[in-house]
Amino acid sequence: MANAMEIYQLLPKTNCKKCGKSTCMAFATALLSGELRLDDCPEILEDKYKQNYEKLSELVAPIENASETGMIIHEGKCTGCGNCVVACPVNVAEDPKGTGIGLAPKNDRVILKVVNGVVQKGNIHNCRRFGENKILCNACIETCPTKAIEFV
Amino acid sequence: MEDEDKYNVCTACSILCDDIEIETENNSITGVYTACRKGVSRIQTCNEPMPCTLDGKDTDVDTAISETANILKKSENPLIFGLGNSTEGAQKKAIELAKQLNANLDDTSSFCQGPVVEAILNGEINYTCTLDDVRNNADVIVYWGADPANSHPRHLSKYTYFPRGKYRQKGYDEDRTAIAIDVRESSTAEICGNNSYLIPPQKDEELIDALIDALSGKVPKVSFEMNKKRILELANILKKAKYGVIFAGLGLVYSLDNFEPIKRLMDKLNEVSNFYFNPMIGHYNMRGFNQNLFNETGYINRVKFKDSEVKHGYEYSVVELLKNKSVDSALIIGSDPMCSLPGSIARNLNKIPIITIDPCETLTSRKSRINIPSALSGVECGGSAIRMDGVRVNFEPMIETSKISDEEILRRVMEEL
Repeated sequence: MANAMEIYQLLPKTNCKKCGKSTCMAFATALLSGELRLDDCPEILEDKYKQNYEKLSELVAPIENASETGMIIHEGKCTGCGNCVVACPVNVAEDPKGTGIGLAPKNDRVILKVVNGVVQKGNIHNCRRFGENKILCNACIETCPTKAIEFV
Repeated sequence: MEDEDKYNVCTACSILCDDIEIETENNSITGVYTACRKGVSRIQTCNEPMPCTLDGKDTDVDTAISETANILKKSENPLIFGLGNSTEGAQKKAIELAKQLNANLDDTSSFCQGPVVEAILNGEINYTCTLDDVRNNADVIVYWGADPANSHPRHLSKYTYFPRGKYRQKGYDEDRTAIAIDVRESSTAEICGNNSYLIPPQKDEELIDALIDALSGKVPKVSFEMNKKRILELANILKKAKYGVIFAGLGLVYSLDNFEPIKRLMDKLNEVSNFYFNPMIGHYNMRGFNQNLFNETGYINRVKFKDSEVKHGYEYSVVELLKNKSVDSALIIGSDPMCSLPGSIARNLNKIPIITIDPCETLTSRKSRINIPSALSGVECGGSAIRMDGVRVNFEPMIETSKISDEEILRRVMEEL
């Protein structure tokens, strides 16, 4: 996964502020968190940065698939074991008689569920990483045996 | 369970998950919920369904069945092998057929978890519990020579480490400890983190003895590089367990010559704490076959029927029978010995007529004289099976099919005989 410094190195580094951010580094961070998109930088669209634009597009492609909480699920790596589903504290609280005890979800309030052998995001607004008072919960990341879940 | 009717049972492995929901359209499965990737690939049926063939040419099921009966009738020492992926009904029929034919009967437990299941059924190990007990009570879970994250993906999330249980309400990080003992850093070991213990191959018995020493208050000794403090640390966790469970994988079973060391360890553990022992069985109904044959003959596998006598021994195992070229035909049901046996032994199958009963094409079916396609149990036909912990699970078909079940095929073969 790309980091902010890698993205910054490919940006015009002019600190033009046209994107609304005060520096290109701030823009790189905003890009990484999904707050802004690459096309929000008017200068990178110029011809002289064409190569950098292409490289950046590749770098940020996975970020665009991320949820509002920054969650990315690498479907190719997921085995559908459901560890994340059962370990998620919100799932347990919302569905104590289903996912809480390791069974199939019994309602739609759960954040994660396994569909066709791969984990899928559901009610992401309930995630502890969502909103202003978010906390960096990592229950779904640390319980994944294949590292299929990532946050940006 | 409320709405119990809407749930199906997955027959991909011996956890037999009973909380699977499916979506169907025009009698085909379009969506599978809650099953792992392994389960989904089984439930969505074969990529390559097996055609009904005789000598490589397409034929109808009736001809294939009567030709099967002909081969078996002429055969003096036939072998019936497989049945780990069949329902209990089919297994019972196969035992009857073996009796009728004076055949050799064996299954994959012969080179798999056979010794463990045998010890449990014989009553040599009394310390077993069900997976539901594990979910409700277990605080220390040991995976020894097993990697359920890959072999039984939902084992940790449905029964052992992650779910809340009746007496384990605080969640895995506070209430439970998962330990992995293995020769490599497996995916399960990664979940266990600091509680993962790496040992060299074939050193399991040494670690068992070191653990027994540590549990008895002696200083543990091992010949390989493993800090004594680590062994004492492990022994301490085991000692403090209120309800511990050891799940034995093939890694542990293969490295021991006999079952004595495990018995020693279990006896010691139950002196100082409270421990249970369960095998990690692969095929969904391997334990069912072992139990059914045990009820019938007193043995779990490797038997030869001779008139009213039942012979049992290593010489009747599939490996020895094929190595000694003593069988003259083979009926393979829901198994792929060409793939799972060593090449030098599997090669001998080529020299005798093989009859394969299986829903999907396998390496064995490509080399068979007769192939009879059967309905995929758990998806296209129902029945019952015994879960890895000995609990019987009944299941209904998910979709309809024109194929007949292996139980029905065996019944018709017996009729022809």
